[in-house]
Amino acid sequence: MAEEQKDNDQTEKPAAQPAEPVKPAEAKAAVPKPPPPPPGAKPAPPAAAKPKGPQQEPWSSPLVDAIKERFGGEFIKSYSFLGQNQIEVKKERIAEIMTFLRDTPISPFNYLVDETAVHWPKEEQFEIVYILYSFEKNAHVRVKTRIKEWEPIESVVSVWATADWLEREVYDMFGVQYANHPNLKRILLPEDWAGFPLRKDYNIRLQDVEWVRKHLGIDSGQKYYVGEARDQTPDYRTPQD
Amino acid sequence: MPTKDETLFDTSEITVSMGPQHPSTHGVLQVKLKLDGERVLDAECVIGYLHRGVEKLGEAQTYGQFVPTLDRMDYIAAVSNCLGYCETIEKLLGITAPPRAQYIRVIMTELNRISSHLLWLGTHALDIGAMTVFLYAFREREEVLKIFENYCGARLTTHMFRIGGTQYEIYEGFEDQVRKFVREFPKHVDEYETLLTQNRIWIGRTRGVGVISAKDAIDLGVTGPSLRGSGVDWDLRKAKPYAAYSDFEFDIPTGGTGDTYDRYMVRIEEMRQSARIVAQGIEKIPDGPIMAKLSKIIKPPIGDIYHSIEAPKGELGYYIVSDGSTMAYRARVRPPSFVNLQALKKMVAGLMVADVVAIIGTLDIVLGEIDR
Repeated sequence: MAEEQKDNDQTEKPAAQPAEPVKPAEAKAAVPKPPPPPPGAKPAPPAAAKPKGPQQEPWSSPLVDAIKERFGGEFIKSYSFLGQNQIEVKKERIAEIMTFLRDTPISPFNYLVDETAVHWPKEEQFEIVYILYSFEKNAHVRVKTRIKEWEPIESVVSVWATADWLEREVYDMFGVQYANHPNLKRILLPEDWAGFPLRKDYNIRLQDVEWVRKHLGIDSGQKYYVGEARDQTPDYRTPQD
Repeated sequence: MPTKDETLFDTSEITVSMGPQHPSTHGVLQVKLKLDGERVLDAECVIGYLHRGVEKLGEAQTYGQFVPTLDRMDYIAAVSNCLGYCETIEKLLGITAPPRAQYIRVIMTELNRISSHLLWLGTHALDIGAMTVFLYAFREREEVLKIFENYCGARLTTHMFRIGGTQYEIYEGFEDQVRKFVREFPKHVDEYETLLTQNRIWIGRTRGVGVISAKDAIDLGVTGPSLRGSGVDWDLRKAKPYAAYSDFEFDIPTGGTGDTYDRYMVRIEEMRQSARIVAQGIEKIPDGPIMAKLSKIIKPPIGDIYHSIEAPKGELGYYIVSDGSTMAYRARVRPPSFVNLQALKKMVAGLMVADVVAIIGTLDIVLGEIDR
């Protein structure tokens, strides 16, 4: 528990001194307790039917205020879940927002830890997740934005060079179209492969049978291929289920 | 970088494909080198030969079933993969492994770091031409693998930990075997150093080769010993302590110039520090249970979480999105090797072909983790 709260602290210095070892009694506390909201945060609205599990806590900080001020129309919401801070923004000025986050003196997020996507087919949307880290403040933040299928999103390669391969992988696995990416092509799969495997409508048993036949000279033995499975009812799993 | 016009002899630009069956690419990595004579103008990595769809499998297996699959990513450091994932799910569930399990985890992970660095040392030196080191390094690696084998029955893909703790209690004679290993290991590290550190050929092949500045390394997302070699004092074990690392005393070695020799020195010193951590841990393993109280069916709450640990190769992160069912909605792995390999292009430009081998070695990549 203590560690999770530390995770969130914006002004936390790298913890060099050894912390208290976890007591067995603490380890037993299985019910997660969300960390107290940082000072200045609005108290969470009283829950109607006592929701199960940890909930999103509102999160505000100088960083969030600065984004609201500069990108007011783009900002959607900021919250903290299990002690991890997240900001949701609109996709239009994502590269500008990222440049701002990289250079902001409040907490310069100069290291792009990861960029990935999550497919939400019921909402017909892809969620692009950027995980940022600030060496100076020893703090993480997650920035999320949503795009529709085949809708292009601005690449952040110009902001962090790391994004080059990470965005190629997102394109490879989800088919997300990045605008202004220097070299947007498949990275893990062969270039002429059909389909985007990490989409939810791409069944786990699918493979590009045509590709296997053409390049390996064998029948893969798989029953399905991309075209046929598109007509089948996809096996969706969403949080509402 | 000399262009075509500047070279002494009139050479034409050629493209050479190195790998995927090249012995020093440490797996199935293909590097397309654009050469002017023996000088590298540009390099492009072709990866994906080992792609098994680990992230897709994570969406089709329950949280517990997914753990052994992850051992097959970085098979050199399977214990780290396992630790990172188990901790991520524990964080999402809001539980903590009991202290005894935490200590066993730290000891095993650090032993695994030693074995991973030993394999790196042996193969890296072998690539550059020093064969003897390989034989010595594998002698000690064998001792570590024997401990793993006694503990869980497996040597490489160990599946040592479970969500909520560890599966196995330590075996009889474990402490003595580990004590004996960490007592003798620093002397063996000195042995490797006598073979390489002052070796003129070694210095000639590594000093000033593959230099990457701290700023570039951060921009490219390079982590682990490769980042510390450039002088950035950053280690997740200190910056965001996980498991029981906050109870241990150890130092973070850093380099200065960020060349291949610095990264070699950082890893050598890290092995000593790992042995130090293990020696501390073995003396104070607390009593108690090794598993937290946990229901048989793991159903984390709806939400997402990112957690990362310091794997031998760098920051190994997991981003898990849960929809409240028994299987992850999205199981993203942030592999250190994948991101670190991106720096290759920048590091090899202007060097000789033979240096490419040294730089692939110094980045310490594992293709199983890159391709997943």
